[in-house]
Amino acid sequence: MEITLQEVVFGIIALMMAVCSVLAVTSGKILRAATALLFVLFGTSVLYFMLGYTYLGAVQLSVYAGGIVVLYVFSILLTRSDKNMNERIPRGRWFAAAVTVLVGFVLTLFLLFTNGFALNSIPALQELDPETVGKALIGMGKYQFVLPFEVVSVLLLACMIGAIMIARKR
Amino acid sequence: MEYTILILLLPILSFLILALAGMKMPHRVAGFIGTLSLGAVAVLSYVTAYGYFTQPRSAGGTFATLMPYNFEWLPFTPALHIDMGILLDPISVMMLVVISTVSFMVHIYSFGYMKGEKEFQRYYAFLSLFTFSMLGLVVATNIFQMYVFWELVGVSSYLLIGFYYTKPEAISASKKAFIVTRFADLGFLIGILIYGYYVGTFTFAPATENLMQGALMLPWALGLMFVGGAGKSSMFPLHIWLPDAMEGPTPVSALIHAATMVVAGVYQVARLFPLYIAYAPETLHIVAYVGAFTAFYAVSVACAQSDIKRVLAFSTISQIGFMMVALGVCTGMPSHEGGLGNMASMFHLFTHAMFKALLFLGAGCIIHAVHSNEMSTMGGLRKYMPITHITFLIACLAISGIPPFSGFFSKDEILTACFAFSPVMGYVMTFIAGMTAFYMFRLYYGIFWGRENKELHAEHVPHECPLTMTFPLMVLAAVTCVAGFIPFGHFVTGDGLSYDIHLESSVAVTSCVVAVIAIALATFMYARSSQPVADSLARRFPRLHEAAYRRFYMDEIWLFVTKRIIFRCVSTPLAWFDRHVIDGFMNFLAWSTRASGEEVQPMQSGRIQSYVLWFLSGIIVLTLILLAV
Amino acid sequence: MDIHVISYLVLSTVMLFAGVYGFFTRRNLLATLISVELMLNATNIKFAGFNRYLFPGVLEGHFFSLFGIAISAAETAVAIAIMINVYRNVRNIQTDDISDLKG
Repeated sequence: MEITLQEVVFGIIALMMAVCSVLAVTSGKILRAATALLFVLFGTSVLYFMLGYTYLGAVQLSVYAGGIVVLYVFSILLTRSDKNMNERIPRGRWFAAAVTVLVGFVLTLFLLFTNGFALNSIPALQELDPETVGKALIGMGKYQFVLPFEVVSVLLLACMIGAIMIARKR
Repeated sequence: MEYTILILLLPILSFLILALAGMKMPHRVAGFIGTLSLGAVAVLSYVTAYGYFTQPRSAGGTFATLMPYNFEWLPFTPALHIDMGILLDPISVMMLVVISTVSFMVHIYSFGYMKGEKEFQRYYAFLSLFTFSMLGLVVATNIFQMYVFWELVGVSSYLLIGFYYTKPEAISASKKAFIVTRFADLGFLIGILIYGYYVGTFTFAPATENLMQGALMLPWALGLMFVGGAGKSSMFPLHIWLPDAMEGPTPVSALIHAATMVVAGVYQVARLFPLYIAYAPETLHIVAYVGAFTAFYAVSVACAQSDIKRVLAFSTISQIGFMMVALGVCTGMPSHEGGLGNMASMFHLFTHAMFKALLFLGAGCIIHAVHSNEMSTMGGLRKYMPITHITFLIACLAISGIPPFSGFFSKDEILTACFAFSPVMGYVMTFIAGMTAFYMFRLYYGIFWGRENKELHAEHVPHECPLTMTFPLMVLAAVTCVAGFIPFGHFVTGDGLSYDIHLESSVAVTSCVVAVIAIALATFMYARSSQPVADSLARRFPRLHEAAYRRFYMDEIWLFVTKRIIFRCVSTPLAWFDRHVIDGFMNFLAWSTRASGEEVQPMQSGRIQSYVLWFLSGIIVLTLILLAV
Repeated sequence: MDIHVISYLVLSTVMLFAGVYGFFTRRNLLATLISVELMLNATNIKFAGFNRYLFPGVLEGHFFSLFGIAISAAETAVAIAIMINVYRNVRNIQTDDISDLKG
């Protein structure tokens, strides 16, 4: 059994992402948590590249890693959240949450493994070129997405206005 | 005849206007609205009657039954549906004339009688409502429409009896009237349901095959319907509400409790007359016996009453008894073969409505003048109130059966019909007619002659009433004088064929002689200011006098039955059951809802994380369940 | 190319439940939001993986991920605006202290 480069890269990335996810939710310092999230987001974009979705990976990098995480860091500093991360939740609640999460996790894994996915190769691996993406995004036919595109545009506009309205000083 | 719908629409319209906007307008305007609309209704009724009775008769010699309107209101099955419409046939047209005339007169009269009353507009609104319901009742195309308007009539009667709602007697009288008639209407309703179930229709004249399939149950259905009619028409023993109903304003008594509503029972029997004759002659005879007993009971009570409106109320009861007897003694449809009573009854209904309304309106004038109902405050009033005196005398002569006044002719027909049925019935009714003459003249002398209450009259001189009140008296007196000469048999008979009224000389002479003797007796006993005979009679038979004065204790018997038997043995356990079992169950439901709510309430912590935790656990549990199944 | 589809799914499940855990246990609103981002990313990966492996001919999963990114960006913007406003009013963004919306 030969281990390909792809597998090696995937293994490293997956390990990094799993560790960083756990770090992001357990770290006592919120700036560290944000950094761990940043690494998870990087890893996600690498996965998209590996799947051949280069455009999606680029968006992931620019929007998430470039935009949102910066926003987080700013707001962490603005709200001085790094000071009060040490307060623990009550034991009973922590226990209930842990049990629920564990049971849910095991259940999901059980479902995944008993489902019988037999696919271990991507058929006709090729990169999804941006031209196809662009055409699908603004086409009006079947399997084309101009309507969601417009809806998301309006949503983003509304959120922008809403965010400004909420955050401004009265 | 499409304009007949206006006869119904005008009163309800004026009721709505007066009820909704009446309090905003001056008394005079409100009264004019009510009176004008009623005037228009009266004119329309006369036009309808003229148009109806001058139309050519059909091939069989009868007047055609017209239905200008009849729409399906509540369909139950293709055959069984409740309709609303207008039915014109001789008796309904005759009733239209009676109701609109008396109602119009009462509207005019009330201008004077109710002047200065605080809630004048409300009074006129209720009068309009009553007129509407009564007109709707008589033009009903089917038994169920009749029932609907029947109840409406009961409601407006309740409202008008309780018009002086600050007076405790008026309130209890209105409740009594409503409850007693409502109780009787239960019988009516059950009768209608039986009729609808077995005959399969609500119309008055169903197809013969429908009737055949319900023939066995028809006597029961008709008998139960008559219970309702007996309640409305205050037949013994359901008569107890009518004397108390005199607590209402006197014009109301004239309109509702003398001329129109109380004859609804007679009208109902007359309306179903073909069914009675064909399928339930025995039930019809029961009607006759009930009517005869009621008539006798009422006259004997009337002889001892001292409240003039009560005397008139019992007189009304006995006269309605006469009408019921006349219907009940019929044995066939044709007027020459046992059907005379139908015509006689309708004729008497017509004449009685006029002269009894006249009597009540006259009594209203007297009460207006002396501010009391008691005969002891009156006496010798003829000097002060000439118009009232003359018109009252005319009415008394009419009800006593003295020719040429209208009562003589109709009563004579009734007596003829009774003699045709059985001589005993004829003699009994003649005797009752004589007693009627006696107590009416006792009343007349007690008011206008006899012992004058001089102190009271010196203190407050009685005066004649204004023209608004005397005008209706004169009109009705004129009608009473001439109504007997109306060829009534040409218009309304049992089988619809024309019938020439001819006086049976023996019957007419007998009844006249009896009436004259009774009047002479009354003159002898009550005309002078000292009344030795009457007083000594009252002293000689104190218990009889007391019993008659207390109406033979019928109210006490009813009270005993309701309070001691029904309340104690039926109502109390039911109340207990309601309070403990039904209310307990409801309280338990409320308590358990509240308790569970209080248990659940802490979960509404407002912490989104715990909500999501519950949500996720729920999903996990559901997934596990789905996997396990 | 021999990476089994289940590898992607397991990885995304780990991320998802890490996010759920964080959402339950964190008391700071910003940390909660970070957990939500983790969950969103996990589902995006799932969508992309399913699309690539199971339905290679179409692009639904791909675009679902794309729109998901856009919506999460919008959500983050509004959420952070709300948090800054809350912080301005109560000087604190601990979840337990903010229950005034409770009826």
